[in-house]
Amino acid sequence: MRRDIFQAIADPTRRAIIALIALQAMTPNAIAENFNTTRQAISKHLRILTECDIVKQEYQGREIYYSLEIEKMKEIDKWLNQFRKIWETRFNQLDKVISTIKKQEK
Amino acid sequence: MTSNLLFDFTVDKTTNTVFVNREFAADLSLVWDAFTKQEILDQWWAPKPWKSRTKFMDFKVGGRRFYAMTSPEGQEHWSIQEFTSISPTTNFKFLSAFTDNDENINDELPSSKWDLNFSERNETTSVSIIIKLKTSADLEKYIQMGFKEGFTMTLNGLEKLLKNLK
Repeated sequence: MRRDIFQAIADPTRRAIIALIALQAMTPNAIAENFNTTRQAISKHLRILTECDIVKQEYQGREIYYSLEIEKMKEIDKWLNQFRKIWETRFNQLDKVISTIKKQEK
Repeated sequence: MTSNLLFDFTVDKTTNTVFVNREFAADLSLVWDAFTKQEILDQWWAPKPWKSRTKFMDFKVGGRRFYAMTSPEGQEHWSIQEFTSISPTTNFKFLSAFTDNDENINDELPSSKWDLNFSERNETTSVSIIIKLKTSADLEKYIQMGFKEGFTMTLNGLEKLLKNLK
């Protein structure tokens, strides 16, 4: 199932999981210990994060470790920055238009 | 052109809302006109090198603005805005949707609700814009659309942008 990146960060628990595994790779059990919720609920969040390609899994022996895909997180920043830039440019253009109109009125 | 006027831009991913605030060194009536008159709007609405071309704009409740963003290569993104509320010169609201060049709404692309507020203090006018998308997927798509326009715009500034991300 294809999911989008914003779905990954739309949920507060998932944002907390992202913050946790940004520091170090963790097993689902270790992650679940940080939350007042069931292990199943955490597994579901991890599944969604995996489907969003925002986390990767690595097997070490019998344990699965989850860690963050930093590049994917950067993608979000990149989009937002581009979008911000559009507004910045747009408004700088408006500044110029305004000063032209003001001069004409004088 | 640099200015020390306030500009802030935030995206709340939990409510799928974009907030844009900006101050302008002009009185309220001029800034209001710049946002509500097509001949002024077309001078600044599209980030260069894109151009904004308004085919028609009927600024009244229930009225619509139909316009295109065109790239130097001739690419066109058409949109329609329908004005849902107007309180001169402090607030207006509209629904925005992407269309083809014949005013038909493209349901595959996200529609958004816009709420624009204007206020003046000491000859400085503040504009605050709230853009609400329906879902997180819509927000992502919407930002991606902007990304396309932003990309042609900031190809030269890309290096600087990448530095900022580090």
